[in-house]
Amino acid sequence: MKYLALIYGDDNAGPQPDTPEFGELIAGYQAASKTYVDDGVFIAGEALQPVETATSIRIRDGKVALMDGPFAETKEQLGGFYLFECDSLDDAIKYAQMIPTAKYGTVEVRPIQTYDFD
Amino acid sequence: MTKAAPDAVHTAIDYTLRQDRGRLIAALLAAIGDFELAEECLQEAIIAALKDWPINGIPKSRRGWLLQVARRHALDRFRRNKNFEQKAAQIAVLQQAEMDAPAESHDIPDHRLRLIFTCCHPALDEKTRVALTLRTLGGLTTDEVARAFLDKTATMGQRLARARSKISKAGIPFAVPNADDLPARVGSVLNVIYLIFNEGYAATQGDTQVRIDLCEEAIFLARLMAEFCPDDSEVLGLLALILLSHARRHARIDADLYVPLCEQDRGLWNKKLISEGQALLEVALLKGKVGPFQLQASISALHCEARSGEETDWEQIVALYRLLAQIRPSAVVRLNLAVALSFHKGPEKALELVDELAQKLHSYQPYHATRADLLRRVGRKCDAHIAYERALELTCTDSERLFLIGRQKALAGSKKKAEHKARPKSNREV
Repeated sequence: MKYLALIYGDDNAGPQPDTPEFGELIAGYQAASKTYVDDGVFIAGEALQPVETATSIRIRDGKVALMDGPFAETKEQLGGFYLFECDSLDDAIKYAQMIPTAKYGTVEVRPIQTYDFD
Repeated sequence: MTKAAPDAVHTAIDYTLRQDRGRLIAALLAAIGDFELAEECLQEAIIAALKDWPINGIPKSRRGWLLQVARRHALDRFRRNKNFEQKAAQIAVLQQAEMDAPAESHDIPDHRLRLIFTCCHPALDEKTRVALTLRTLGGLTTDEVARAFLDKTATMGQRLARARSKISKAGIPFAVPNADDLPARVGSVLNVIYLIFNEGYAATQGDTQVRIDLCEEAIFLARLMAEFCPDDSEVLGLLALILLSHARRHARIDADLYVPLCEQDRGLWNKKLISEGQALLEVALLKGKVGPFQLQASISALHCEARSGEETDWEQIVALYRLLAQIRPSAVVRLNLAVALSFHKGPEKALELVDELAQKLHSYQPYHATRADLLRRVGRKCDAHIAYERALELTCTDSERLFLIGRQKALAGSKKKAEHKARPKSNREV
């Protein structure tokens, strides 16, 4: 099964750039990514630009409305993701736990829908 | 085979499901790998039995019959599926099962352990775990599970359906967890069983029959876990705890009135359950890995061994509660420690400890009931009266309400005398 690990965090929480802790965070991400690749569960994974760069789109009555900002203004914002190929939720949780931001923010694991037409 | 009366068929199906629902679902899940589909196929098999058994008679192995028919439904579903090839593995398993198992086969491979771990998976919320375990592994109907939670049947049905759907769609595994995860996952299962028992035993709400059923379901599940994990000392500890508590159930209520432990008629305690609990606890403790359930069972065992409330080994009980408070700190454990301390060192010492818990336990009924009793024992009758009042506000069972009202009234009888003597203080007290 494919699982998407959505990484939510608050920019003001956790290590800040130009601190030794930030270096550890980045090293943590590199180590996690390497494990994913080595274990053959890695499909994709990216970090996102900060939430200020977000544009939200809605189409209502055929009209496209753009909004400057994220889908919802919350303290913890989507900051990146990994896409895993795992046998079960247990495995997905095992790998998602290695994401360093889990220590400061929240990692949400969602199974990817497969279309299985009856 | 001969025909069977519709009533007999209903009884046979109800009985089989109560006994073997978990086994059937587990066997189907092992073959199909999909919780929702397993439930649907079992439902189809029950409908088929309702039609078939009145005509052809009740089969010798009812669960074998249901399993076979459910498997055929699954096979049909897979064959009709457009993504036939993707299901090749499951189809092969089902076809093999069909060849291996004649309809009258008695032995279904037992996959219930895997099923317990699925139902108690920490990715489900706690209430859902309890409900799903009761519905799937216990013999309870959705309606009975709903009553245990004071929920509407439809609401509970939705909760259960959502849980099965999440298990299927999120890939919650149908497997015994690997060694790394096992201790935590066993812990989650034990917690679910303990919650089931506690709801039946401590009975904050709900009708009496459902509560007794819950205790018995918990015993059944704990026995199942003990059978599967005979080397896990906490599994044995939980089973011992449940048996030792359940052994006292007939003495806890007398003429609709709640009876506190110290005043219970020990002749009403079930000696067979007590000796079974004690033996299990001994085996558990010898393993040398102490945990919260073993400690609680040890406390329960000391109560069971005492010939009367006064002859209880309170010193050791206090020591065990202190140890429990260390490894599993909680305000409720400290409250219990205070009760034990009140019998060991006197109610004054206990009151000091209880008053420290005021903030954390202000809406916890046993806190106020305990405090009222301690205040009564130290002679602070007006304070005791107020504490009984608060406990009564939070009491949901009739037996406890009657008990507390009785205590409060007895207090009022002697309070007049007390006030007469201590008139100058009465302002402060009221």
